[in-house]
Amino acid sequence: MTKHYLSFITIVLVLLVAGCSSNNTKPDDGAMAGDEIEDGAPIDLAEDGTSSGLDEEGAVILDPLDDPASELFVRTIYFDYDSADIREDSLDTIREHGKYLSSNPDRLVRLEGHADERGTREYNLALGESRAKTVRDVLLLEGAQEAQIELVSFGEERPAVEGTDESALQLNRRVEIVY
Amino acid sequence: MILFKRKTFIFLTFVTSLIFSAQSHALLEIEITQGVESAFPIAIMPITGDAPIAATLIESVVYANLHRSGFFSIVDKQFYPQQGKIEQVDYDRWRNNGIEALLTMNVAAAGADQYRVEFELYDLVRKKRALGHGINTKKNLMRKVAHKISDVVFESITGVKGAFSTRIAYVSELREAKNNKKFILQIADADGFNPRTVYASPKQLMSPAWSPDGRRLAYVSFENERSEIFVQDLSSGTRSKLSSAPGINSAPAWSPDGSYLAMTLSSGGNPDIYIMEVGSRKLRKLTNHHGIDTEPAWSPDGRFILFTSNRSGAPQIYQIAFGGGTPKRLTFEGNYNAAPTVSADGKYVSMVHNSGQGYRIGILDLQRNTFRLLTDGNLDEGPSFAPNGSMIIYSTHHNNSTVLSAVSADGRVRQRLRLQEGKVREPAWSPFR
Repeated sequence: MTKHYLSFITIVLVLLVAGCSSNNTKPDDGAMAGDEIEDGAPIDLAEDGTSSGLDEEGAVILDPLDDPASELFVRTIYFDYDSADIREDSLDTIREHGKYLSSNPDRLVRLEGHADERGTREYNLALGESRAKTVRDVLLLEGAQEAQIELVSFGEERPAVEGTDESALQLNRRVEIVY
Repeated sequence: MILFKRKTFIFLTFVTSLIFSAQSHALLEIEITQGVESAFPIAIMPITGDAPIAATLIESVVYANLHRSGFFSIVDKQFYPQQGKIEQVDYDRWRNNGIEALLTMNVAAAGADQYRVEFELYDLVRKKRALGHGINTKKNLMRKVAHKISDVVFESITGVKGAFSTRIAYVSELREAKNNKKFILQIADADGFNPRTVYASPKQLMSPAWSPDGRRLAYVSFENERSEIFVQDLSSGTRSKLSSAPGINSAPAWSPDGSYLAMTLSSGGNPDIYIMEVGSRKLRKLTNHHGIDTEPAWSPDGRFILFTSNRSGAPQIYQIAFGGGTPKRLTFEGNYNAAPTVSADGKYVSMVHNSGQGYRIGILDLQRNTFRLLTDGNLDEGPSFAPNGSMIIYSTHHNNSTVLSAVSADGRVRQRLRLQEGKVREPAWSPFR
């Protein structure tokens, strides 16, 4: 498992380098997520379990998770075949989630690890967990707390898409970040 | 006792597609993958008697069983020197046609839903009746009788106990409506017939494992949105949760004496093999590596546990002593070897293998240290040895679905089992009882 260890070190190094020149955050478009806020009962602007909406006093809450232009809006991280290594193009996304969790310590997240259908089901169950763990490691490096993060693996049991071509397999090798 | 002396016998004349010409097996698709020169030539006389429906059933089941085993080449009826009901076996004429054994069967109606099935097996080389039996039975037990006949014939000729009367457990996935799936743990006869539901769930089910007495199944269920191990009694249906530690709870495997379950848990930070004492549920960590260790399988003497590990960088099969110690790597061919299943004599390990051509079922001869592929699919998975080691059942992709297939342990004969509803996978072959 030297490989895992190495990939972890790689992540740390990339983070350190990226941290020095981190000006690539998305423009703050603020209230883009919900369209209209009507009078009356609180409404949930996001349908995916985030907390934008109206609070008990009727004040509008805008959660950066709901900004479609934000990295936080990306909730699926994809992986290479039989690999739990974070791809470089996923790193910013995961880091933003880590920062968000760090500055919102009351928010909880579940990382759901998945695999494509190739290989054995039990091995893929373990592989899904490995993927969820590498995502967690990045979240922790960004200041998220272990208690905020729940890991679960579904292996190849819950494909995002059916199909056996490479595009389907790629969409199934993933970690879903569920708030 | 082996009555038949196995000889090398070149038998090419009667082979080829003729083999199945007289049979109608719409539900059973058999594929001869290699020549059957060394298979044992046997004649199965058309079954006689006055109960044609029962007769057809018995004959077709026996035929399919013996054929699927890979041990036999069933000689086409046009080459039989005697026809009809045989009063006196003309040994010389049968032997002249190169046939070594003759099976005759008769089924007679004996009252309301009462039948008498009689069968006799002749050793044509030694020119003697090898055995014969009569069985009183009912219509709904006819398949059972046919499996029993197959077992007796198989054992008499090969010296190996027949496994046709055993069962298989497997998981079916049904699509009920859009985005609405149903997962069913089922048990069926070894040929895929007579399926019955053990447990049905809207959530995923995985990895059924038979207790050695054949009375219980351990399996993985996602009914609580994570993998947990359950055990279910088959006659009462009672189920209980066996393991729900944090992280993965999966890959249950009973020890040969039934007192332990090996399983994969990741509560220690990463997936490792643990041994649970079934009575006390006390756990012992067996492997300890930061990579993935999973898919434990016991050696038949209970002294070793084989498992899949990616500690070398990719999944390979390892073996560790029951008491622990340093694991020994068993597979070196290919870049993916996983999901080991061990033959009852402990001499062979079958697994999912990939060396770039696809995921296929392979078999490793532990004594000779030789490896060979048994299948040629792209996504063949879930091998499970028959309790007599003669066949391996596995799942394979077919027509955009997943079906079960059986392959003889020598790779010579492959047969898709009766096409079940939905996607069928993760077969587990039962013990003898």
